[in-house]
This record gives sequence, structure tokens and C-alpha cells, in this order.
Amino acid sequence: MKLLSFLSRRGSAPIARERLQIVLAHERAMNGSSGDLVRLLQEEILAVVARHVKIERDMVQIKLDRGDSISTLEIDIQMPAEVAPAH
Amino acid sequence: MAKVLVVTSGKGGVGKTTSTAALGAALAQAGQTVVVVDFDVGLRNLDLVMGAERRVVFDLVNVIQGDAKLAQALIRDKRVDTLSLLPASQTRDKDALTPEGVARVVADLREKFDWVICDSPAGIERGATLAMRHADLAVVVTNPEVSSVRDSDRIIGLLDSKTERAERGERMEKFLLLTRYDAARASRGDMLKTEDVLEILSIPLLGIIPESQEVLRASNIGSPVTLSSPDSPPGRAYFDAARRLRGETVPVNVPEDKRGLVQRLFSRRVA
Repeated sequence: MKLLSFLSRRGSAPIARERLQIVLAHERAMNGSSGDLVRLLQEEILAVVARHVKIERDMVQIKLDRGDSISTLEIDIQMPAEVAPAH
Repeated sequence: MAKVLVVTSGKGGVGKTTSTAALGAALAQAGQTVVVVDFDVGLRNLDLVMGAERRVVFDLVNVIQGDAKLAQALIRDKRVDTLSLLPASQTRDKDALTPEGVARVVADLREKFDWVICDSPAGIERGATLAMRHADLAVVVTNPEVSSVRDSDRIIGLLDSKTERAERGERMEKFLLLTRYDAARASRGDMLKTEDVLEILSIPLLGIIPESQEVLRASNIGSPVTLSSPDSPPGRAYFDAARRLRGETVPVNVPEDKRGLVQRLFSRRVA
């Protein structure tokens, strides 16, 4: 039994690799030259939405992926269950 | 034309100073004139690793502050006469290094040597950014381990934004030096593979330095490993890395687990 579990053991390296890929994707977006742009966009979009809907800061998520041929800007705005005007 | 090389990593303890000494010595052993510069002001160690700790009179900060001439502070290696050391000072004053002073010293060293190798302190603060500031190329020292890879990624970002070259819009050449590579752990799948680290950091590989007793022995006796054990696996790996720095194409040797199958099975069961 014990030997079998050794043979089927995958090693922890693949987990390390996966965790690194995820954390670095996030950190590169925040620290790189596009980080400033992402922060600016987040602030302004938040301001626009907040003018009309009561919204929390962490309800606006922005992600910028720069690829070789194509870059994508992902904007995710969570709306409260009841959309009430801010004022 | 002189080349300024920074040896950097972000994380501490991964082998920057050891690698600076070994690469510097290897280049000098090949006939190049080399100066290794310790930028770790306050925590100098390159002098100790190079075996020159008792010969330090003046240091980098003395030169920057005008208390000594560059020629007075340079320590010529006793084993390889094309190799010199510019030690760091042990002052606790963080602002002892000024950007203008560093620029002037690096420019002067460019006139005198083929290679100026800057040993960066750990971290991403002033000392580290000044060490990389004037570099033409960078060696990013990384251990196959999550925190080291993450910090290397951060350093690569700084190399691409905070250096003179980056600010001029020029390309900063960066190479990965994978150190403390343990073949046995790699074969068990318990250590990040070379390919994984290369894929994540996406910079070219300068070499893989196997984990070895010889590296510890070299620092114990105050000699770069390329001088103390030139034929050991780490010694050879550093020589190959130095040749690649000079533009030669040398196939990379991935350290292998040399123990027999029975031995490996046995150690696995014990582990």
C-alpha cells in the first residue's frame, strides 16, 4: 500500500508552478507599466458607477492582459441585488 | 568595450555573492580584465568570499565620497592578476551611495576593465536599484523555489523599468542563473523544473549550478569555486556560464541524479 502511494505521488513541484503562475499574473498587472493604467481605470469607472448606483470599491475589478498580438481589458462590475440610485 | 553586469535576485541567500565571485574569476581566468564590485553597503561579504577580507583598506563609499582614489580602493586578486575587487563599506548610513557617485565610479571602472560585475544587495531598495542602474546586462540568480522565483520576477520588472538602459528605451539583456539545483529532488518531482522556471520568468538560461559541497567549501576557504575546484560540477557550470556571457554557444548541462535506482528507492522509502 505504502509503496503504491509513493509510486502514484505526483510531487509538489506542479503545485508550486501553478501557484506561481497565478500570483505572478496578478502581480505583473499591478507592478508593470500597465499597473498605473489599471489603477486609473478602476478609479474612474468606480467614480462613474458610484454616481448612479451605491457601490463598494471591491465590486469593480479590472484586468488587463497584454498578449503578443492581442490585449484584453476585462471589466467586472458587480451590481448590488437591488439597484438603488445613489441619491 | 567594457560591459557592466549586475548580479541580482531580489531574494537574499540565493547565491548572488558566490555567483559574482565565481563568474568574475571564471572570466578573469579566461584572460579578461574583471572587477567585482560589492554594492551591499553595511553588509559586505564579497571580500570574505573572495578571500580578501584582510586586505580591505578603502572601499566603494570612500571612493564615492572622495576620501580615496579608485586605484587605492581596488584590491588585486593574488591568484588571478586580471581580477580585482572593489569592496563595500560597513557603514550603516544607507545614503552613503549617491546616484551621481555610483555613476562616476562605474564610468571610471568601464575605462579600466573588460567586465564590471556589480554584486547587488538583496531587496528592491536603493542599494539594489543603484547596483542595476548602469548595467548593460543582468544575471538573475534564482533558486528553484516559489519565493525566489516570485522575487526574481519582480527584479526583472525593475530591470526593465528602472535602469538607464530601460529609460533610454534600449533592451536590457537578462539571463537566468539557476542555483542550488538538486537533481535528486527534481527527479522526485519535489522541485520546480528548469523548464518551469524558464517558462514562468521567460528569460534565457545562463546556466544551472548544482547544489554542492564544493560551493560551501569554496566560501569557507575564501576562494571562488572556479579557482578552488575548477573541475567540480559547480566549477564547470560557472565556467560554462562565463563562456555564454562572452557570447559563446555552450550546451547547458542539466545536473542528473547520479545515485543508482536501488539507492533512490531506498531513500524514498526512508523519506
